[in-house]
Amino acid sequence: MSLNIVVLVKQVPDTKNVTGKAMKDDGTVNRAALPAIFNPEDLHALEAALTVKDRNPGTRVNVITMGPPSAAQVLKESLYRGADFVALISDRKFAGADTLATSYALKCAIEKIGGVDLVFCGRQAIDGDTAQVGPQTAEKLGMNQVTCVSAFGAETNAVDAKKRTITARRSIEGGYEVVRTKMPALLTFTDEGFSPRPPSARRVMAYKNAVAAATNDASYDECYMNASACKDDEIIVLWDIASIKADPESCGLAGSPTKVKKIDSVVLTAQDIRMIDNTEEGIARLVHELIADHTIG
Amino acid sequence: MDSKNNVMVFIQQDDGAIADVSVELLCKARELADRLGVGVEGALAGSGMEARAKELLAWGVDRINLVSHDALAHYAPLPYTKVMTDLIREREPQIVLYGATTTGRDLGPRIASALKVGLTADCTDLQIGDHELQGKLYKDILYQIRPAFGGNIIATIVSPEKKPQMATVREGVMKLTPKKPGHKGVVVETKAQIGPELLQTELLECVKEARTVNLKGAQIIVSGGIGAGSKENFDLIAKLAHALGAELGASRAAVDAGWVDKAHQVGQTGTTVRPKLYIACGISGSIQHRAGMAESSRIIAINTDPHAPIFQIAHYGIVGDLKEVIPAFIKAYKNKA
Ligand SMILES: Cc1cc2nc3c(=O)[nH]c(=O)nc-3n(C[C@H](O)[C@H](O)[C@H](O)COP(=O)(O)OP(=O)(O)OC[C@H]3O[C@@H](n4cnc5c(N)ncnc54)[C@H](O)[C@@H]3O)c2cc1C
Repeated sequence: MSLNIVVLVKQVPDTKNVTGKAMKDDGTVNRAALPAIFNPEDLHALEAALTVKDRNPGTRVNVITMGPPSAAQVLKESLYRGADFVALISDRKFAGADTLATSYALKCAIEKIGGVDLVFCGRQAIDGDTAQVGPQTAEKLGMNQVTCVSAFGAETNAVDAKKRTITARRSIEGGYEVVRTKMPALLTFTDEGFSPRPPSARRVMAYKNAVAAATNDASYDECYMNASACKDDEIIVLWDIASIKADPESCGLAGSPTKVKKIDSVVLTAQDIRMIDNTEEGIARLVHELIADHTIG
Repeated sequence: MDSKNNVMVFIQQDDGAIADVSVELLCKARELADRLGVGVEGALAGSGMEARAKELLAWGVDRINLVSHDALAHYAPLPYTKVMTDLIREREPQIVLYGATTTGRDLGPRIASALKVGLTADCTDLQIGDHELQGKLYKDILYQIRPAFGGNIIATIVSPEKKPQMATVREGVMKLTPKKPGHKGVVVETKAQIGPELLQTELLECVKEARTVNLKGAQIIVSGGIGAGSKENFDLIAKLAHALGAELGASRAAVDAGWVDKAHQVGQTGTTVRPKLYIACGISGSIQHRAGMAESSRIIAINTDPHAPIFQIAHYGIVGDLKEVIPAFIKAYKNKA
């Protein structure tokens, strides 16, 4: 029995690199200096989908992302690892989307794919840690959800295509739960239980040029601006707001109830700090002081 | 308390026990409601929760909406979303707050999606103020304040056009205020209607160990960052914590490196702490980290970089390599007598 799975992925700035070189003088980040990476937990969600495919031949793994044209890179990486179909949802009208507007666009794209049994995504993206898009998308699709999944159930039929149930282990505070739900369902994955497979050399050879051609081609921009005109057999399918039949009022800034009122830079003014000599005596003096005033005992 | 427009808190219960963060949020809700001149409501779903619901009133709560059903005894997304959205539609609160726990982060976004309203995650502060949008003045709306990605910046988020305004807050961020024993409030119980189509999650197993990491209650915390450089060096930080009888904390970078469990993370998306002493070793002091520890009574920073922001909020600074400073610290402590 085969299944139809959609994996939602996001390209994110590598927050690990928000140090030193990436900082501007005013204390904000020079985003251009940050490498863009595949959101780590999304890579685990992709791996989970590919595992289901390994166990249920004929399963189709569709990967979609919403973002600027450069986000095609994460789709390319998904193809290298075994995705069957990838689509980039991109339109100027999506700009400024908060999590609600994002989940609406993703829902429209998932409905366009149609006949979806499972939706997988990372629990959260490292540039926001909000963990909201998964549950918001599930609600819009009218699907049940299992969040913070670290593994499938241990039994061989944890993903039972015939009975249309899925058993998963989810991390909760101080422990875990094992739950079973009916399909269709949306699952969000942590980075605990699946080890993402490396790109397959054969698939890199197969898709490297094709995709590069699509992204470097001069016609690409036109294609991006008018994605609905693109042929469906393009390796990376481009969908704009019209091709996923999204209501512009529910997209981007217009569809986002949350607005940024203001951004404040935090200026730290050094308070009375006592610098301690980095010598055995200096440290011993500090330790004795802390003991004397009962801070440590 | 029949009036609408109140400040509502989703009260989380786990096996019948009320989550600490829910009580913290009731205290914050009281402050916001007083500022707005409205009441505080709790929304509690469960089974056999009547006694617990009554106890909550002492926190200055005007009304607990208790929704009872056997299927609500343990959290599941579909039934909880249904009863909470029904309740919000009926009670029309202007603000709803959720603890940013696994449950709150599972439920809050679903409700926001169903009601098409905003939700701001992991707020570190909540205030009331005005906002002007396209020439229109919105009075007394909720400022949802959180560090933003992109450096030393704090964003104030508003959702003026949609009610309720919703936010999640981590445990420990809001402080408990004293109980108000004489406060008069009511518990209003309703029996939920839950159709079979909502019963899709089957709980097969639930394993919970008693909390082994207790950052919030710790008097002393020794915290390590990516500056440790390796798991072995990070273990040195753990050794100092052990020697001092302290709890072990960490930056998100150290957690991401896999040196220490996520339960140890201090900061905006970890735990907020206010110990007597916080020792930050190899931590730069990013805004997200500071959000969770800046209110510690005393802070010692150990860092090789004299310009690291952590020194700006520390009371004692040691510029040096933690691989040398920590052993010296342990040695001095062991020789204390
Ligand atoms: C949405 C979001 C939420 C976040 N939530 C949190 C959170 O809750 N908690 C959190 O901590 N972070 C959080 N972060 C991450 C945060 O932005 C920083 O990336 C992180 O705190 C940095 O950790 P660090 O201080 O260990 O690493 P760095 O910033 O890389 O600092 C390492 C420090 O170690 C020093 N050092 C290096 N070698 C040595 C040595 N041998 N001895 C002594 N010092 C040395 C360096 O000088 C440097 O100052 C979040 C980020 C985002 C985007």
